[in-house]
Amino acid sequence: MNTVAIKPVAATAGAASGNHAPKVVSQGVKVFYGEKEALHGVDLDINEREVTALIGPSGCGKSTYLRCLNRMNDVVEGCRVEGSIKIDGDDIYDRRIDVVQLRARVGMVFQKPNPFPKSIYENVAYGPRIHGIAQGKNELDEIVESSLTRAGLWKEVKDRLDKPGTGLSGGQQQRLCIARAIAVSPEVILMDEPCSALDPIATARIEELIDELRENYTIVIVTHSMQQAARVSQRTAFFHLGDLVEYGDTSQIFTNPKEERTQAYITGRFG
Amino acid sequence: MSSTLVLAVVLLMMLASFVVGRQRALATAGGHTRALHSRPPYYGSYVALWAAVPALVLLLLWVVVEPMVVDMVVRNSLPDDVRALPPDKLSLVLTIIDNLVRGRATVGDVPAYAKEAAARQQSLHATASWAMAVLVIGLAAIGFFFGARRIAPTLRARNHVERAATWGLVACSAIAILTTVGIVCSMLFETLHFFSMVPPQDFFFGLVWDPRFSAAGRDGSAGQFGLIPLLWGTVFISLIAMLVAVPIGLLSAIYLSEYAHKTVRAWVKPLLEILAGIPTVVYGFFALSTLGPLFRDIGASVGLDVSATSALTAGVVMGVMIIPFVSSLSDDIINAVPQSLRDGSYALGATQSETIKRVVMPAALPGIVGSVLLAVSRAIGETMIVVMAAGIAAKLTLNPFDSVTTVTVKIVSQLTGDLEFNSPQTLVAFALGLTLFAVTLLLNIYALHIVRKYREQYD
Ligand SMILES: Nc1ncnc2c1ncn2[C@@H]1O[C@H](COP(=O)(O)OP(=O)(O)OP(=O)(O)O)[C@@H](O)[C@H]1O
Ligand SMILES: [Mg+2]
Repeated sequence: MNTVAIKPVAATAGAASGNHAPKVVSQGVKVFYGEKEALHGVDLDINEREVTALIGPSGCGKSTYLRCLNRMNDVVEGCRVEGSIKIDGDDIYDRRIDVVQLRARVGMVFQKPNPFPKSIYENVAYGPRIHGIAQGKNELDEIVESSLTRAGLWKEVKDRLDKPGTGLSGGQQQRLCIARAIAVSPEVILMDEPCSALDPIATARIEELIDELRENYTIVIVTHSMQQAARVSQRTAFFHLGDLVEYGDTSQIFTNPKEERTQAYITGRFG
Repeated sequence: MSSTLVLAVVLLMMLASFVVGRQRALATAGGHTRALHSRPPYYGSYVALWAAVPALVLLLLWVVVEPMVVDMVVRNSLPDDVRALPPDKLSLVLTIIDNLVRGRATVGDVPAYAKEAAARQQSLHATASWAMAVLVIGLAAIGFFFGARRIAPTLRARNHVERAATWGLVACSAIAILTTVGIVCSMLFETLHFFSMVPPQDFFFGLVWDPRFSAAGRDGSAGQFGLIPLLWGTVFISLIAMLVAVPIGLLSAIYLSEYAHKTVRAWVKPLLEILAGIPTVVYGFFALSTLGPLFRDIGASVGLDVSATSALTAGVVMGVMIIPFVSSLSDDIINAVPQSLRDGSYALGATQSETIKRVVMPAALPGIVGSVLLAVSRAIGETMIVVMAAGIAAKLTLNPFDSVTTVTVKIVSQLTGDLEFNSPQTLVAFALGLTLFAVTLLLNIYALHIVRKYREQYD
């Protein structure tokens, strides 16, 4: 873990926060699972080309909020979302929005690496194929190569693109999943505890990767590791029991939280 | 004493041994269970096993061996001229004796030596029964004392009992395997017998099936036993059945597992599985009384000559019978595809049908092929529907509207005649059975292999 330990967080975060326009604007987001209200009205603006970390104790609704942003909650039976979420000004819960196009703009990386039981190449080519992004084989090859390169996996797999993606190590699989998400050129990438199944070295690789991806993408990451949030993010949102308790620059949240509960959580007194 | 009574006594002794063993273990430990190596019931079981197992083994052996020995003694004591009789006459005499022993009525005069032999057999049997009772119960008692004496707090009763349990399980699986081996061997034996009368190449490559029942037993009337028409009938009907069952079964499985609402699934799946529980005779009925005539009438109205019993009717009905196998197994396999793969695909913007086509189905395909192969072997073994729907005429035809027949049907019809058991007309049934067995076995092995390969992918 030490390889990436405490980057000059304060500097980047402080500099970044002011300059970036909000990419995602959510207002009064409530989520119900059946009768149960899991989120009680969340207002959260996510800045463009920044990493926003969502932290909070287990069951507080981080994943639930994350899944609202690409409407993965639609797949969950009995789940209902209220309030408004706008990406670049478009309400993504509007009837006219096609969820397929939305998910092409908002990619997602899951907690457990879930490569398809296909070859490495096919895994990355999957998204471009269904969206018809590539014209012909050459362009597809290019997309696959550039996605794998940006995910920092190209060197390791370039000689075995036709081998199954499930044959890679856990960390490689997760980077493959990131490459798969990048391949459709999303604007926003959602990551739900992307490192929780990985060892410290693989985690460090992914954290570096996230830092590099920040140049081109807006990233929202859920994490249980305070250090990770401090290392990779510019903005941090603290959730508790379905409420957004505090949201601000990462440096401020970790050094000078305004709320009592945030203070208690980041110092490890609960959660 | 009858063997049932002896069995009851041994079982009672076993129960008593359990109680005594348990008490004794407690007594040796002075009532402190912690001082014992194992918990008291294990000591009980230990003694009970010693009491029951040797005695029961002896009982079993006795029941099997004793009649043979008695029979042999009695037969050897028959007068020499009787023993010198030709085998069929001798077996008649033995039947008479047997009938006398069992107190059944006999026809005609009973010779004196037969009466004598019957009396001897009865007295021998009575003595033997008593000997058995004494020996078996004695052995149980010895086992009980032996086991009970060995009880001490340090005795590893649990380990002994569990090892005995393992051996019991091994014995059970051995019985299952040995039975299969026995069946195969007996078939193999009769098949070889058959091939000594009909050359194998005539059987395996013969194009004509004409066993000539009426001429059986007479010289120079071997008949023709070509396997090909029967095998073709089997393949043809199974093919039609698969054409019906695979698309319907697979699509309904996809609907059930991917699209259907939970409540729909909860109702439809059991309903489909009920189809699997309908006896095949009933399907045969349906084919015979409804579908066959329907096809014939439709055929007649468009100027086709469809026979009332046809490969098509049998195939379609058999396909309907197999639908639940395909759909139920495929549904399980599709459900076993991890949700995370679907989520991964949805998150990339794939629609549900794209996800099914490109992720779920490819992942499930090997398993689905396995389930289809299992269904095929089921179709190959099916008899009743074919008899009723496709007829019994062995024809080598490509016309689905013609009647054909299958291997299984011919096995039944060859064995249900009034023929001697060593004519090629009956023995051919074993050759057919063995061939069928080999085919389904290979199919099953292949199917299991595929299913297993698929399993390895997610672990
Ligand atoms: N599919 C579902 N059906 C019903 N309730 C759910 C479902 N998913 C989540 N919940 C509930 O919603 C609440 C928030 O869950 P969520 O998964 O968002 O928590 P989380 O913050 O991601 O927790 P963790 O850190 O453990 O992943 C929890 O109380 C949870 O029980
Ligand atoms: Mg979560």
